[in-house]
Amino acid sequence: MKAEFNEQVLLKGLAKNDAKAIETIYKNNFTMVQSFVLNNNGTYDDARDIFQEAMIVLYENAKLESFVLTCQIKTYVYSICRRLWLKRLQYLNRFTTPVESLEETVSVEEDIDFQQKRNADFAIMERALGSLGEPCKSLLEAYYLEKKDMTDIAASFGYTNADNAKNQKYKCLMRLKKLFFSQYNIGE
Amino acid sequence: MDDILLLDTTERYFKGDLSDVEKARFEQLRKDVPEVDQMVVEHSMFLHQIDAYGYNREFKHQLHEVHKQLEEAGEISENAVTPRGKVIQFWNKYRRVTGIAASIAGVTALVISGLVTYFSPSSNQTQIVQLNRKIDQVMQNVRVQGNKLNAVIKSSKAPINEVALNGGSSFLIDGKGYLVTNAHVVAGSSTILVQNNKGQEFKAIIVHVDNEKDLAILKIDDEDYKPITALPYSIRKSSADLGEQIFTLGYPRDEIVYNEGYMSAKTGFKGDTMSCQIAVSANPGNSGGPVFNHNGEVIGILSTRETKADGVVFALNSRNVYQAIEELKKEDTSYNKLKAPSISKMKGMDRVQQVKQIEDCVFMVRSFTR
Repeated sequence: MKAEFNEQVLLKGLAKNDAKAIETIYKNNFTMVQSFVLNNNGTYDDARDIFQEAMIVLYENAKLESFVLTCQIKTYVYSICRRLWLKRLQYLNRFTTPVESLEETVSVEEDIDFQQKRNADFAIMERALGSLGEPCKSLLEAYYLEKKDMTDIAASFGYTNADNAKNQKYKCLMRLKKLFFSQYNIGE
Repeated sequence: MDDILLLDTTERYFKGDLSDVEKARFEQLRKDVPEVDQMVVEHSMFLHQIDAYGYNREFKHQLHEVHKQLEEAGEISENAVTPRGKVIQFWNKYRRVTGIAASIAGVTALVISGLVTYFSPSSNQTQIVQLNRKIDQVMQNVRVQGNKLNAVIKSSKAPINEVALNGGSSFLIDGKGYLVTNAHVVAGSSTILVQNNKGQEFKAIIVHVDNEKDLAILKIDDEDYKPITALPYSIRKSSADLGEQIFTLGYPRDEIVYNEGYMSAKTGFKGDTMSCQIAVSANPGNSGGPVFNHNGEVIGILSTRETKADGVVFALNSRNVYQAIEELKKEDTSYNKLKAPSISKMKGMDRVQQVKQIEDCVFMVRSFTR
């Protein structure tokens, strides 16, 4: 019961980007994934990438209210890593030996597919931001991602007043939205 | 400027920064102006996306930070895991399961072997006992048979101190116990035993010998003999014809043996007119046996065979039997009642039936000397 309770606490912490929760989950599971990847033609860096990808899946799911973890975090992470690594191996044509499956696994196919869709959306946003150019990119990031106050932004960027900064931000935002929505498709 | 204000108001609306009055006015505006409403929905979607993107980016950043921290703290490291052999991995993972399985297997083996040793000896013992009983039975049977054999030997009428001399065949010419055989079969004997096809032995005496014709008449002189009222066959007075089918019965072995052949010549060895030549396979012991034609008439007495040629056998003509009887009657009148059968009852009979009737009248002759 306590272990289960701890797991729920960890998940809630993860959803809130709590550093302690992230660290605990990371510490408890990384070595397992590392040994799995290393034993299946992978490197330490592969293991890190795969594990962090799995962590993102867990994080994005933990943020959803509908998400209920039906198994241990360990099993879930292992299952995702195993699936992702298999895909990676197939993609790299390195699928020489059958992957050892000694650990218990759960079905994570849907979660991974959903995450891929989200990753695609994030990629669109990143490209749109990237192609904006400065100072629009930094201005929008400061306001929307870092949640800075308009007055502080005006000061740090060197605008004479917040209204000018707002005006600039508005123009930048229009461009960004145009770029983003030209590629973004809800249905896909 | 209106657009900037509108956007600013929208963002404040989502953040919840608007006062109640402002909020009511803004919502009224959304209802009244469709363009504003569309813009709000679009902006909400965009804000959601950029928020998610922001959190995702931040989380990724956090992960990297955590990774770095943990590496620095020594919690994780590149060398923490060295790829191990799959067998070792497998062993480590299933060590306990293997141990449990092994102990279950061991216990099962012990139980089974225990059961086997518990149950098997009893059944083995009964088998041994049964075998013993069988051997006992066999021994018993052997003893009984040995006793019987001894009794037979004791009851045998063979003279104890005498040596077997000759063996041959003979046949009845009178149901009262008169037999005809070859003279050479009984020559030089002190005791004669005859035996029928059932193995019964009777003592016999010579009542007439004609060495010239090689013919002897014996009489069974034994209380055990039961006279036969009528003989099934007759003894032919005339000689047989060439090519006639013939058959013989005799004792070349301890058992009666049937043979068949045909008349080959009317004369015997070197033109001997008292005998004839027949083609039949004959062996020592057949001497004195009867030769029948297909009607069941005795046409001869099998006597000799040519040693150099196979299947050349000579038989004394049957009419000589009558001559011998006549001579016997002349010598001793007490044999006046002796009468050879003149009518065969077996004409047209099946050969098997004929033999069945005849075989009781054909005897083995054994002569003994001191």
